[in-house]
Amino acid sequence: MANFSTNEFRPGLKVMLDGDPCSILENEFVKPGKGQAFNRVRMRNLKTGRVWERTFKSGESLEGADVMDRTMEYLYTDGEFWYFMEPDTFEQHQADAKAVGDSYLWLKEQDSCEVTLYNGSPLSVAPANFVELEIVETDPGLKGDTAQGGSKPAKLSTGAVVKVPLFVTTGEVVRVDTRTGEYQNRVSK
Amino acid sequence: MSDWRPGATLAQLRQRAALLATIRDFFAVRGVLEVETPLLCSRGVTDPAIEPLVVRDGQSLAAGSRYLQTSPEYAMKRLLAAGSGPIYQICKAFRDGEAGRRHNPEFTLLEWYRPGMDHHGLMAEVAALVCSCLGARPWQAFSYREAFQRSLQLDPFTAEIAELQRAARQLTDPGTLTGGRDLWLDLLLTHGVEPWLAGQGLCFLYDYPASQAALSRLAQRNGHSVGERFELYIDGVEVANGYHELADAAEQRARFEADNRQREASGQSPRALDEALLAALAHGLPAASGVALGLDRLLMLATGETDIRRLLAFSWERS
Repeated sequence: MANFSTNEFRPGLKVMLDGDPCSILENEFVKPGKGQAFNRVRMRNLKTGRVWERTFKSGESLEGADVMDRTMEYLYTDGEFWYFMEPDTFEQHQADAKAVGDSYLWLKEQDSCEVTLYNGSPLSVAPANFVELEIVETDPGLKGDTAQGGSKPAKLSTGAVVKVPLFVTTGEVVRVDTRTGEYQNRVSK
Repeated sequence: MSDWRPGATLAQLRQRAALLATIRDFFAVRGVLEVETPLLCSRGVTDPAIEPLVVRDGQSLAAGSRYLQTSPEYAMKRLLAAGSGPIYQICKAFRDGEAGRRHNPEFTLLEWYRPGMDHHGLMAEVAALVCSCLGARPWQAFSYREAFQRSLQLDPFTAEIAELQRAARQLTDPGTLTGGRDLWLDLLLTHGVEPWLAGQGLCFLYDYPASQAALSRLAQRNGHSVGERFELYIDGVEVANGYHELADAAEQRARFEADNRQREASGQSPRALDEALLAALAHGLPAASGVALGLDRLLMLATGETDIRRLLAFSWERS
């Protein structure tokens, strides 16, 4: 991989640092009038998810990381691995629980999601921002109560539990924001 | 070529013109002479932390490359030694690799020299100029030492390097940074003292460690050797750097040579010394103070714009 100097650090650039792939979030050039110039760089460790600020001397360089974000179709899980397919090549990738993390709560078969590949293997999986999932279990709905506030927990087909309005019933499909876990609306089947 | 339009608004271009007019009035009233010196120079700076841009081709360059000036300091000192009296210049300066929210590799400097003034006298005049540009406001001055003591509770002259490193780790992840005392002091200044200065309005730091004296005179303060140098910060933004100017030719040569040794130690090529400046100092530079002020930064403060790239008609990326 190519090397990148601090003045080439842009948000989204993936570099190797201390053996881990990291993504640049922000890069600020600072200099105390006279003297040593620095770059204050906010970065995310793509293995651990840790976000922090590291300071470099201006002009230092880091090796680029072989990291790619790909939109893939989620196929299924065998309980140990989750399987994804590239829509163009039909190439399949298996991701372990560490790469999938909490995202399994929002993965529905045949949905599209973002898979980050590191040296060709899944490093992390991000679901679409909004997913539509069926409610498999919730307390009985209150008829006609469509305007009142109030909510109740509902278990979705993936195992995720979200708060839904009182009028929503088992068997209905709801739209959820995966970034916050919040119910958005019912989806007519 | 898609994006041909300027980055700055027309209102900002007018504000820049008004700022220049205010500055020229300020110096006309005070009897300071406006001068021009070459942008293309046969000698580059030795300062290891400043990288000039080099012009290599062209029929007039038979005698070798020229450097785009990083500041007009050496040429202006030659004018002072020739008896110019107080002088100022508004010019472009260039520094390779300096680009960011507050840096453009090509920028506008206001530089002026005051024979007979020490750095405290010049700080007062800098404050007067800034107030005539931004409106009247109070100003204050802290020694470099006092600023570190107040903001970081440590003494930059006596603290062990390990203590400086510990303080740095509280402010950032320094990773594998290596360097001497000045590197850690520079890091603490940018990461720790400058955020504190953001709450201090118009504020000078003065009397820097002797190792950071650059082109200023040395003096003793409370048993420590200091460079009689100052920096102006406005709301935490570094705007100007000034010196009670070193006038001793032998000491100046020794500092240039020390710069070159440091350059070689860190793998940079040494630079030929500016013998014309050294000859002017040997002839006799009047006791004087001088300051370089970043006009684009001053305009940022006057307009409230936080990114220099939106204030220049055409920044580096659009030039």
